[in-house]
Amino acid sequence: MSRRFMSIWFRHLLTDWHVRRQPGLQNKPFVLAAPVHNRMVITSASPAAATQGIRPGMPLADAKAIVSSLEVFDDEPERAAQLLKALGEWCIRYTPVVGIDLPDGLILDVSGCTHLWGGERPYLKEIITKIRAIGYDVRGAMADTIGTAWAISRYGKITPIIDSEGQRNALMLLPPAALRLEEEILARLQKLGLHQIGSFMNMPASVLRRRFGPQLLLRLGQALGYEIEAIEPLHPVPPYEERLPCLEPIRTAPGIEIAINVLLEQLCLRLQKEGKGLRTAILKGYRVDNRMVQAEIGTSHASHHPQHLFRLFELKIPTIEPALGIELFTLEASKVEDVSPSQEVLWIGNPGLKTPAVAELLDRLAGKIGEDCIRRYLPAEHYWPERSFKTATSLDDKPATAWRTDKPRPVQLLSKPEPIEVTAPIPDYPPMLFRYKGKLHEIRKADGPERIEREWWLDGGEHRDYYNVEDADGQRYWLFRSGHYSGDQSQWFIHGFFA
Amino acid sequence: MFVFNQQSGMPGVKADIISQLQKDILHMQGFRSKLTDTVPDIDLGPVNTAFPNGIFPTGAIHEFLCAAKEHAAATTGFVSALAGNLMQRGGVCIWISVARTLFPPSLQTFGIAPDRVIFIDMQRIKDALWTLEEALKCNGIAAVIAEVPEISFTQSRRLQLVVEQSKVTGFILRTSSRSANTTACVTRWKISPLPSELEEGMPGLGFPRWNVDLLKVRNGRPGTWKMEWAEGKCVVISGDAATVIIPGRQLKVG
Repeated sequence: MSRRFMSIWFRHLLTDWHVRRQPGLQNKPFVLAAPVHNRMVITSASPAAATQGIRPGMPLADAKAIVSSLEVFDDEPERAAQLLKALGEWCIRYTPVVGIDLPDGLILDVSGCTHLWGGERPYLKEIITKIRAIGYDVRGAMADTIGTAWAISRYGKITPIIDSEGQRNALMLLPPAALRLEEEILARLQKLGLHQIGSFMNMPASVLRRRFGPQLLLRLGQALGYEIEAIEPLHPVPPYEERLPCLEPIRTAPGIEIAINVLLEQLCLRLQKEGKGLRTAILKGYRVDNRMVQAEIGTSHASHHPQHLFRLFELKIPTIEPALGIELFTLEASKVEDVSPSQEVLWIGNPGLKTPAVAELLDRLAGKIGEDCIRRYLPAEHYWPERSFKTATSLDDKPATAWRTDKPRPVQLLSKPEPIEVTAPIPDYPPMLFRYKGKLHEIRKADGPERIEREWWLDGGEHRDYYNVEDADGQRYWLFRSGHYSGDQSQWFIHGFFA
Repeated sequence: MFVFNQQSGMPGVKADIISQLQKDILHMQGFRSKLTDTVPDIDLGPVNTAFPNGIFPTGAIHEFLCAAKEHAAATTGFVSALAGNLMQRGGVCIWISVARTLFPPSLQTFGIAPDRVIFIDMQRIKDALWTLEEALKCNGIAAVIAEVPEISFTQSRRLQLVVEQSKVTGFILRTSSRSANTTACVTRWKISPLPSELEEGMPGLGFPRWNVDLLKVRNGRPGTWKMEWAEGKCVVISGDAATVIIPGRQLKVG
């Protein structure tokens, strides 16, 4: 299907806006002026001023000489863009793809939209009359290319709607300025007596390029449809988005559940066909009171599994506040990644971390309690017990080194060693007894010492001499003396409990 | 195998019927014996006689009482050994806790690769129990271990119903036993450390030894054993193997 574009030209965008704000200015000569090189230059003139011969680009003093009662307003440079943006937003009701064409136009991609208004002519008429009713003097044109639509809207005299394949004939009689060319090229064309596009349209491309540079060929190609031209939409259409308008506003949790299910089914079907899976998704609910509520989920692996994704959203339903009701739901997959299809297996041979069930469980837990609570550890090459393991960043991380088992380590390790009172007979001997939390433990068996030095490049302090001890009841502890033996001043700590 | 068989000279046919009925009852109570698997996942030697069908019940909830830190350490060792057996076929273990002091590298000693354990640390008991239930529902997991101070009968019943569906084995370590209330767990254990023993005249510490007290087991016979963790296996040293049932203890457990 060929594409159709519509160009809308606001003939007096800024002056019309002033008239809308101050109806008294209607039919009065007034201009907008801005300082250029230390003098005021007219940037746009009202239709009444234009009939008196006042043109944009004229110094303000000259214009005042022509019309003494001329009213002057300051031109704000950002105004045109703001107005066009607002008008573009308004046009979204006619087509989802609307682009701004500075300084005074809009470009609409109307492919596949016009039949909803009963054809191209009624569609064009509807938009033009609606905008005129607002108070802007506009011209519109429709064609297969942006270039031709632009040219016809500004310079066309016969018909605003150009059929497919009709661009060439439509452009023939128009002046070269209709091709959106630079002043310099226009002047050169003028000098050579090429007053109509038709007079140079059929010249060989090499000649045109040599004489006028590549821009002329590009613009001509864009108008005739040889070159592709894209418009930058006001609202980029997200690639993976599903919409669900509701006949009645939704106000209940089961209603929201149904909406999520429907949206997920549609989205997942599309993702599945394209071999994609989503990593993050946002559900937005547009409420009757013009507020928006949203819920966001994330997965650790790209997924297009509707049941799994629904379970993630299920946890978020209580946070969605429908108030008076939600009219429109949209589900957007904001982050999408390729999914490598998993091979169907007859036997679940080695269920591991990669099992989808585990990944889905962790997604669900992360959604409810937060990702910080879920940890996995890998060995770290440090002798200092507190540093002998590190947190893994993802489920795919593999240990770089083996876990050390050559030295006995306690199963329970206190996060901070607690001081104890001991009685030690002689240096480098394990203590005979120690008191921990008011209870006296008599040591029967002991191993050690195992000296673990501080990693001085990481932190300073004393080394530790660890002893594994067993008391009379068979309870096993990991004790250490901080630093060298120094009689009564020796500091002893309990650090862990062996199984 | 069961008490009925040993008791009297009942005709063989009747014994068959009774054993069939017992199996039916076990089935209705949530025990599923794996017919295809002849080798049990966890083989505890003489302790097996305490369990229904002589097999350590997997796909069930086991409860451990460990009030003191020292007991918690011994229990952690024993539970890690059990979970390590379950993880032999691959699979991950989830370790849920409120105020965890476990030292991950030590799990390697008990046959668990610490990098295959996912730790979930929670502030509130309520969250921990929710996580526990969610984890038990997931059948891609070998074992779920939870350290929680308390669990009520209702909560434990919920968990038991979940594992009957998913066949995941759960271990609950109750760190506060102010009141050891009744729960719906299949077994209740108490593991306490015992003095290690070495060959005569050798210095230092021996292999970890525990007094394994099976206080309660549904459809089985409780007992007490002395076990040692040596060379990657749980070995029973001695114990009254489920023949003597002390009435007092039965009453205490309720």
